[in-house]
Amino acid sequence: MIEVENLTKRYGEKVAVDGLSFTVQSGAVTGFLGPNGAGKSTTMRMIAGLDQPTAGQIRVNGRDYRRADDPMAELGIMLEARAVHTGRSARNHLLALAQTNGIGRRRVDEVIDLVGLGDVAGKRVGGFSLGMGQRLGIAAALLGEPRVVVLDEPVNGLDPEGVLWVRNLLKDLAARGHTIFVSSHLMSEMALTATRLVVIGRGRLLADTTVAEFTAHAGDSSVTVRTPQAAELRAALLGPGVTVASDTPDVLVVEGLTAEQIGTAAWQAHLPVFELTAREASLEEAFLQLTEGSVDYHAHKPAMAGAAQ
Amino acid sequence: MSVLTSPPAAGVPRVKVTQVRVLRSEWTKFRSVRSTRWTLLIALVLMIGIGALFAAVNASQYQGFSAADRASFNPVTVSLSGTTFAVIAFGVLGVLTMSGEYGTGMIRSSLTVVPRRLPVLWGKLGVFAAVVFTTSLTASLTAFWLGQALLSSHHLGVSITSPGALRSVAGAALYITVCGLLGVTLGTLFRNTAAGIATFAGVFFVLPPLTSLLPSSITNHLTQYLPEGAGSVIWGQTEGVSRALSPWTGFAVLCLYAVILIAAAAWRLGHSDA
Repeated sequence: MIEVENLTKRYGEKVAVDGLSFTVQSGAVTGFLGPNGAGKSTTMRMIAGLDQPTAGQIRVNGRDYRRADDPMAELGIMLEARAVHTGRSARNHLLALAQTNGIGRRRVDEVIDLVGLGDVAGKRVGGFSLGMGQRLGIAAALLGEPRVVVLDEPVNGLDPEGVLWVRNLLKDLAARGHTIFVSSHLMSEMALTATRLVVIGRGRLLADTTVAEFTAHAGDSSVTVRTPQAAELRAALLGPGVTVASDTPDVLVVEGLTAEQIGTAAWQAHLPVFELTAREASLEEAFLQLTEGSVDYHAHKPAMAGAAQ
Repeated sequence: MSVLTSPPAAGVPRVKVTQVRVLRSEWTKFRSVRSTRWTLLIALVLMIGIGALFAAVNASQYQGFSAADRASFNPVTVSLSGTTFAVIAFGVLGVLTMSGEYGTGMIRSSLTVVPRRLPVLWGKLGVFAAVVFTTSLTASLTAFWLGQALLSSHHLGVSITSPGALRSVAGAALYITVCGLLGVTLGTLFRNTAAGIATFAGVFFVLPPLTSLLPSSITNHLTQYLPEGAGSVIWGQTEGVSRALSPWTGFAVLCLYAVILIAAAAWRLGHSDA
């Protein structure tokens, strides 16, 4: 379990994390979302004890990680940038980390096999691809079979097979009672892996909830109906809290009713329906909606876009 | 995935950080980077080669030496002339030991698995001191014997039992080791290879000749207390220092610098964000 309380981090004038409080529970994969510059990596560095909070505190498994006697059994962490001496082989890198906590060579070979680096374990890390570097980072995080696993952008640079492997690995670890806290900018990936979400923007908490709740509350769920008798169906559906829009003849976009309710209403009014499609707001849309206004780095629409058409 | 939760076998030590374990880890780090071996080899070659070169040149030119030169001629120090150059190599190695971790980002991994941090510094200093002392003692003994062999062809060589010889030979290794440790602390303080090496070179190779520009009333009270001037006496090098300290006092002064810098490095490592 990770408990974050009123966490604040200032770098000079810039406030990177601002009064952040949340709890990451064991036995679940918790996604950590936020736009670039929201303070995700800073928060993770503070969890690892690398950066000292300006105010507030963090407890890992109920204790201050910087005082841990058995750190590698408490917390395994992979940070965003590669944290490996490029001149060292993968095996020696992992061995050096393992030895500090009295973890043996057998476990080092185990995690090397686990992450699929067996063929290149003796090679210098400097020549590793982004994906291999990620696998090495994950291997390092798992060395001590830690109760809490924190990974910053673990699927970055992985091929589809690797992405699937990480997804299953994290779910498996969570099912075994480990606390898993993962940041990602890939919202779709997070929707498949995480069950809980912590969303931050500009260093502040925007949401601490489940994935299901998060998307449900985002609104914008709608049902598209195709019918030759659009006007009659619209009349049959309209009511309090229901909006019906129509861009093309024969097609209605209904908000405020479920597909079941619309289908039943059409059947009762003896109106034919050719298509009935429920569209849930995706995690991505929910995320964009929530973080709107807390994004530091906006892409601006090119001024010439209209002229080019 | 079963390996993730496999129960630890009986007799397997519990996961726990100890200083001995961190030392072992630092030894793994030290030996598993190619540049370390190259630097050690270069230092050995410098120490022995330059000592032999100076011995050979002095032996052949001794006939033409003035009476004063002959009076100040010290065959032990001549054979250890490579010490000054070995200090460069070991100083650079010392800086790299720490700045390399910052440059590559390895430090974040190192401190995450040892969140109390200071054991990492003690481990690095310990491994570095042990390896560098062993290597440089081997080098200074070899340089001594090779140098004396070359000098003895002109009947100038002395034995290791002659007064001050053993102290100089061991002293060269001690001097090199403490200088290297200063390099480690500079790497820790600056976290940057270029800044660390530049400062090291400045203190040991730029500052001493610069002091000669000062009036002698100041120089006379300064040079013997600079790291290079204080520390070199133990291996017999007193050139450019008008009022040299006694060998062990000088070495103590050098050690005092090391202690202060180690304390500063420990404070920085423990208190600032990694």
